[in-house]
Amino acid sequence: MSGFDVVRFAEALRHGHGGRVGIGYHAHGTEPDAHWVELALPYHPDLIGDPESGVIASGPIATLMDMATSMAVWRRRGRFLPHATLDLRIDYLRAARPLQTVVGRGECYRLGRSIAFVRGQAHDGDPDDPVAHVAGTFMLMDGWA
Amino acid sequence: MSAAPLPPYARLLGLTLEEDADGSPVLVMPFGTDVLGRPGFLHGGAIAGLLEVAAVAALRHALAAEGDARIKPVNVTVDYQRGGRDRPTRAAATIARLGTRIANVEARAWQDDPARPIATARVNFLLVREPEVGRKAGETLS
Repeated sequence: MSGFDVVRFAEALRHGHGGRVGIGYHAHGTEPDAHWVELALPYHPDLIGDPESGVIASGPIATLMDMATSMAVWRRRGRFLPHATLDLRIDYLRAARPLQTVVGRGECYRLGRSIAFVRGQAHDGDPDDPVAHVAGTFMLMDGWA
Repeated sequence: MSAAPLPPYARLLGLTLEEDADGSPVLVMPFGTDVLGRPGFLHGGAIAGLLEVAAVAALRHALAAEGDARIKPVNVTVDYQRGGRDRPTRAAATIARLGTRIANVEARAWQDDPARPIATARVNFLLVREPEVGRKAGETLS
């Protein structure tokens, strides 16, 4: 079992950029090897990137997936340890529907000594019809000044 | 630059618009709680958002010369190079290629020194041009 308490950590993230965007806890894997975390991004007018359609900007989805994949790393490592995002690639498969909550699932599929490899998907109601797919890496900062 | 105001998400980030010497758009993001990640540093998601807004602004600026088009982001790849500290961050973008249906845009964000970016991004857009926008440059639009 991971010693990293996802629910409690997600509450602590209510301040800062994640809190401003409105991201909160949704679900996480509880089996010993299930290193995934889901966070929710409720629709809010402040997130709109295209005022004509009411579709939210892509930036909040980047934040959602950065956080969900980060928490998946801590889940896998068993506790919070600082890391820095090295790169994050996001494919926007389609626009998220206005008024729908976006759910992002992050997964740490490989944990190296220096680098954590992550991937994830976001959907707005149907996990089989995702809005975004991400792949990224985090540089582990343990032992750094 | 398109006359369209910045969207609500850009206001959430606290962005304001400047122009460089060529008249190209530069977005400025102040440091603050709304864009904070781990203590003392910008959130990677806020940096990604800033870069994408800068890419959109540069693309709209480029498209303004040949009539407008609807633009849809297809994907973005962000490379993080330095932590974002407690000071304003600026972002601008250049159009690597402006095709009929696809635009490849390169965005960069920096703090003190434009030559030392804190992050860069490649953003690919799908362009949906209105039929009358497809005319050759120089042809007068009535």
